[in-house]
Amino acid sequence: MLADGHEVSVLDENPEAIALLNKGQEQGWEDLGGAFTVGTALEIDALLQAGIERADAFVASTDGDNTNLVIAQIAQRRFAVDRVVVRVLDPARAKWYAEQGLQTICPTQTAIELLEAAVRGQIRFEGVPG
Amino acid sequence: MYALIVGAGKVGWNLARELIDKGNEVTLVEEDRRRYETVEEELEHATQYGDGTELWVLERAGIERADLVVAVTGDDEDNILICQMATEKYGVERVVARCNNPRNLQHFELLGIKPAVSATDLILRLIEHEVPKYGLVHLLDLKEERLEIIEMEVGHGSPADGSRVSDLGMPDGALVISILRDGGGFVPVGESVVRGGDEVLVVLDIGLEEAVTQRFIGRAEVA
Repeated sequence: MLADGHEVSVLDENPEAIALLNKGQEQGWEDLGGAFTVGTALEIDALLQAGIERADAFVASTDGDNTNLVIAQIAQRRFAVDRVVVRVLDPARAKWYAEQGLQTICPTQTAIELLEAAVRGQIRFEGVPG
Repeated sequence: MYALIVGAGKVGWNLARELIDKGNEVTLVEEDRRRYETVEEELEHATQYGDGTELWVLERAGIERADLVVAVTGDDEDNILICQMATEKYGVERVVARCNNPRNLQHFELLGIKPAVSATDLILRLIEHEVPKYGLVHLLDLKEERLEIIEMEVGHGSPADGSRVSDLGMPDGALVISILRDGGGFVPVGESVVRGGDEVLVVLDIGLEEAVTQRFIGRAEVA
């Protein structure tokens, strides 16, 4: 997104996480114009510091489904962010919250669908026989 | 009554035991295997193993016919989600949530989870009540009505000291309803004079607290 010219701010509770953003880049994440804030997403101060008030889009993709679902709703209801996307690993919860109007992305469901399509021969990978 | 309790920590376990003793049907859900086994030895079939934020676990525990869902895990996000799904997906009439970190109370409120009970907050309220130095005591919070009743001591030398009630310049939405003095109390009229050392009870709209308290707190205390 940053390379695409958007302004991107990342919030993570682990200060070391910026190493992942810098990895494989010639310049550091912050040198490229990206923002990085250390804090947990349930802390309103951390969200404010990361600039949630002027965000056009919000992505909740921590490693906890429930955390993501809660912070996504905070972004939606408290900060009225236009586009909120949530990562939810559990297909059942992802489906129900999608029905409630949250844009949920379920990697598990996506993988199931791709695997099934591959098994049925509906998708092929280039250069792979079969 | 059928009560579904998620989280078999100290709170959940003791609560389950009490509710069972009072003749209620209870299911206690716990996701930690070892904790589950410990609790299951005592509560037997009233205990179920599983992650109480997963729909199938809640459904297996009979959430659809629960009269009450109590979410008392150590994780606030989990408690919020459990109560939200109980109310909005399964139509459970009554929920009670535990709020571990009082800073998260605002999130419970935002998502309509009530009541949310915070032990830290409760103890803090008690301390405020017991330690007069704190000055201000919340007697009652009416969240729905957005009103609260507070009690505070009138500071010597504060703007209110020696002032008539009608001259206090209270903001709209705040009213002095009692003055407590020398072991007695009375409902003041506009002419009543407030003195330093009095305790006053004020009913006010939530949000006016600061505007109200600064009239009663002594100048020295502000600094």
